[in-house]
Amino acid sequence: MKSTVLFLVCVALLAFSPAKNGYEVGDTAADFKLKNVDGKMVSLSDFSSAKGFIIAFDCNTCPVSKAYNERIQALNEKYASKGFPVIAINPNSPELSSGESFDAMVKYAKKKGYKFPYLYDESQATVRAFGPTNTPHMFVLTKNGSDLKVAYIGAIDDNSRDADEVRTKYVEDAVDALLAGKAVATPKTKAVGCGVKLKSA
Amino acid sequence: MKTLVAAVLLLMAGTAAGQAKIVKLQELKKLMESRGENIRVVNFWATWCGPCVKELPLFEKLNAERKDVAVTLVSMDLDLDPNPAKVHKFVAKKKIASNVLILDENDPNVYIDQIDKQWSGALPATIVINSKTGKRVFAEKEMHEGDLEKLIDQVQ
Repeated sequence: MKSTVLFLVCVALLAFSPAKNGYEVGDTAADFKLKNVDGKMVSLSDFSSAKGFIIAFDCNTCPVSKAYNERIQALNEKYASKGFPVIAINPNSPELSSGESFDAMVKYAKKKGYKFPYLYDESQATVRAFGPTNTPHMFVLTKNGSDLKVAYIGAIDDNSRDADEVRTKYVEDAVDALLAGKAVATPKTKAVGCGVKLKSA
Repeated sequence: MKTLVAAVLLLMAGTAAGQAKIVKLQELKKLMESRGENIRVVNFWATWCGPCVKELPLFEKLNAERKDVAVTLVSMDLDLDPNPAKVHKFVAKKKIASNVLILDENDPNVYIDQIDKQWSGALPATIVINSKTGKRVFAEKEMHEGDLEKLIDQVQ
């Protein structure tokens, strides 16, 4: 009897808990090793003096990504020297979205003059681990030794169409709080974006 | 007189096809939550979204063929471009017959959850609602042949 009840409770829990897709705030993140647009492999452990990372799941073709491109570059400009560099990862499969190939990424990064890595996740294993849903989707991580913790997931700010109309800069607020040793006030946000193109597993 | 006739004709044409109404969240929520007799299929899209444009004919077909289903296509274009002209042009060019709305809201972090907590904000996304019972299902992916019918079965 007891085990039946327990079983039913488990079934109920399974039925009501949303499917776990990617990291939540507070989770430990796994490092990765992905090919950068310069052909070299990049891991977070390469950045020995970093205090954390601003991971940007971003791509070549999404209009929302394009609207945010300068703002992503500005984040790196402002925070790399403070210990939170931007690491961009393209989450889309080029098989599902022409224009997201490695070669196209190389061209795009060159054209935009990226001063941060722009990584190609061929197997999409890192994308699946993090679980971005749309581009651009930001994950702010803190680094303590080799321990990486997710501190913020979501949008860059609250206005895609006009940087001058932004009221809340979510990523900046999160990184500023972390640099000041404070808790992130708004650790999770949403924005309209292009759905991530995942190959079927 | 002639201009009046022209105006009336224009109005009629406007309500039939090629028109898209700009709405606030409250009006959209009313459409989604008010009780009725039909199945409501609400699709979130944008003219710039490739997979959205690709799946549109499936929604149009459903809207034309099923008398018990009302399709509403909610354009999220204003999120990136304050000018709705692109949407009007698109709707006219594609001769879209389904009801088209253009959502005019600020602060996506607030309104996305108010539309559906399961929605990440990624496009395309679709909500199917049984207006008789209030039962609804949410899907955040590009629809393929037969997918919409399966979602409708889930709320019946």
